[in-house]
Amino acid sequence: MSDILVSEQSAPGADGSGRPSGRLLEVDDLRVEFRTRDGVAKVINGVTYHVDAGETLAVLGESGSGKSVTAQTIMGILDTPPGFVTGGQVRFHGKDMLKMSAEQRRRIRGEGIAMIFQDSLSALNPVFTVGFQIAEQFRIRRGMSRSDAKKRAIEMLDQVKIPNAKGRFSNYPHQFSGGMRQRAMIAMSLALDPEVLIADEPTTALDVTVQAQIMDLLGELQRERQMGMILITHDLGVVADVADRIAVMYAGRIVEEADVYDLYAKPAHPYTLGLLNSIPRLDEKGQELRTIKGLPPNLMNIPSGCPFNPRCPMAQPVCREKLPPLLQIRSGRASACHFAEELVNRD
Amino acid sequence: MGRYLLRRLLQLVPVFIGTTFLIYWLVWSVPGDPFAGKCGDRGCPENYRAVMTAKYHLDDSIWVQYASYMKNLFQGDFGITFGNRPISDIITTSYPNTLKLAVVALVIEAVIGLGAGVLTGLRRNGFLDNLVLVSSLFLIALPVFVIGFVLQWFFGVKWGIITPTVSSEMRITELILPGFVLGSASSAYIARVARTSIAENRRADYVRTAIAKGLPMRRVVGVHLLRNSLIPVVTLLGTDLGALMGGAIITEGIFGINGIGRQVLRAIVTKESATVVGIVVVLVVVYLVMNLLVDLLYAALDPRIRYE
Repeated sequence: MSDILVSEQSAPGADGSGRPSGRLLEVDDLRVEFRTRDGVAKVINGVTYHVDAGETLAVLGESGSGKSVTAQTIMGILDTPPGFVTGGQVRFHGKDMLKMSAEQRRRIRGEGIAMIFQDSLSALNPVFTVGFQIAEQFRIRRGMSRSDAKKRAIEMLDQVKIPNAKGRFSNYPHQFSGGMRQRAMIAMSLALDPEVLIADEPTTALDVTVQAQIMDLLGELQRERQMGMILITHDLGVVADVADRIAVMYAGRIVEEADVYDLYAKPAHPYTLGLLNSIPRLDEKGQELRTIKGLPPNLMNIPSGCPFNPRCPMAQPVCREKLPPLLQIRSGRASACHFAEELVNRD
Repeated sequence: MGRYLLRRLLQLVPVFIGTTFLIYWLVWSVPGDPFAGKCGDRGCPENYRAVMTAKYHLDDSIWVQYASYMKNLFQGDFGITFGNRPISDIITTSYPNTLKLAVVALVIEAVIGLGAGVLTGLRRNGFLDNLVLVSSLFLIALPVFVIGFVLQWFFGVKWGIITPTVSSEMRITELILPGFVLGSASSAYIARVARTSIAENRRADYVRTAIAKGLPMRRVVGVHLLRNSLIPVVTLLGTDLGALMGGAIITEGIFGINGIGRQVLRAIVTKESATVVGIVVVLVVVYLVMNLLVDLLYAALDPRIRYE
């Protein structure tokens, strides 16, 4: 592994708030809505997060919270229509990608920012061999010859620890097991040495034992290559081992952002608390599982005030009236709850 | 694969026998006198009738006739016409012309159908999409002889861009208009199938992946999307070649092409039953082989399909 790519422009993440912050990838007050026949669903309502080289940001949230749509907007693969970006910026090396030409954005894909999808069976093209789909990038993007591209693709398959990479090169996706297919997907996404890797629920479709292997592999590759990684998941167990920071999303907003340790020890938002409490525990065997009562809000009709208030056990009248902004409560910690201080300072 | 191929080839045998017998029986049961009008106004003399009947086994039962016909056929003998002309001769002179016309029609319908299908599938509900939908409906609704005569009159007579009929040399340039006429309805169907297929696959996950890899749009559409969307189109095209040859009768008539359509029509009118059967036998074989090829091509296009 000689080709660890450290970008010249990505300065170590200074914790300031000045605009040209030198961050690798920043999402700033992003807003996306889906215009459908039934109405307008406000899917992303001001998401702000960032990731620097060498760090892993986990984006946590229920389905429908907007975590995948944010990722699709970053990649520029949002289905338009129905999806429309209505505000905000996505800055890569300080430049707003939403204002770039289609061609400029295309060049960033794969090389600057790459993505791993959840369901590797449908995400890989069924009629081409796995090797072809990896080698294709070397041929098209790097202009390599067929044989060189094949050599590099086999190297990539080797790096993601697929046994007999040479023989597997000419297999079709359906001839791989789920875990092996996700490894191939990872190999494909890393082929062009991206600076940022977005992994959209990379282990959701896999067996539990395989999940751990894939997460280990992802963590290892991220460290080796010093990539910035955005790990999208709804699985709290997956997050703890790999992530440096966690951003919790609810109804298209970040409701809490914190270091992994802080977040698990002292959540600063009742939604995070609810998520943590809903992890099944061995010492509570036989008892009913704890859940967050209620359902995620209808995005065509988001409750006024704090969108979590109808489900929140701590809700006060103010929560129905005023939308709490995402405020910094400690260094490196932010929460969008009127009672964040009370939560953190408990017992 | 080998076993599958063998099984499919064996399946051809009963289908071949069944279809040829059906044709033979059909032609055999058509009422009428094969010697009517053969010898002028007075009718044929008795001894001529007797000789001809004996020569062509016309008094034998259909079973005997069919058996001896098949026996000769497998030895490569299609028989002779009542005028003593070998039927294989008729087939070898007219068949290449029909084949040529059918292939030109197939190419034209593939180009037009696929082109229109891909463009409209990528941009649904646009102006082009509506234009193609309306014009394809038009082509499907109009009978071939209307399209044929109208285009022949405009291009051949009024504007004089082409000669109204095709010469015996069968130049490709002469065949473009007849080919378009022959393939017009099919190209409309192909455009619609391709449009649906493209539109369906357009939102597929693997297309999104291809875009996320930073491939140029040309390649995403031309390689990843098209390859998957082609599967139903190829099936349609393959089976269509057989149908085009059988359906060429009208087009050949309009443009004066000496093809099998014309020959088979003449043979039916003059009660040359052996000629009818011979030509249809060839059509059946082509049809069966094309179907087999399509099935094999299907597996080549979609590796998930495995034949055991």
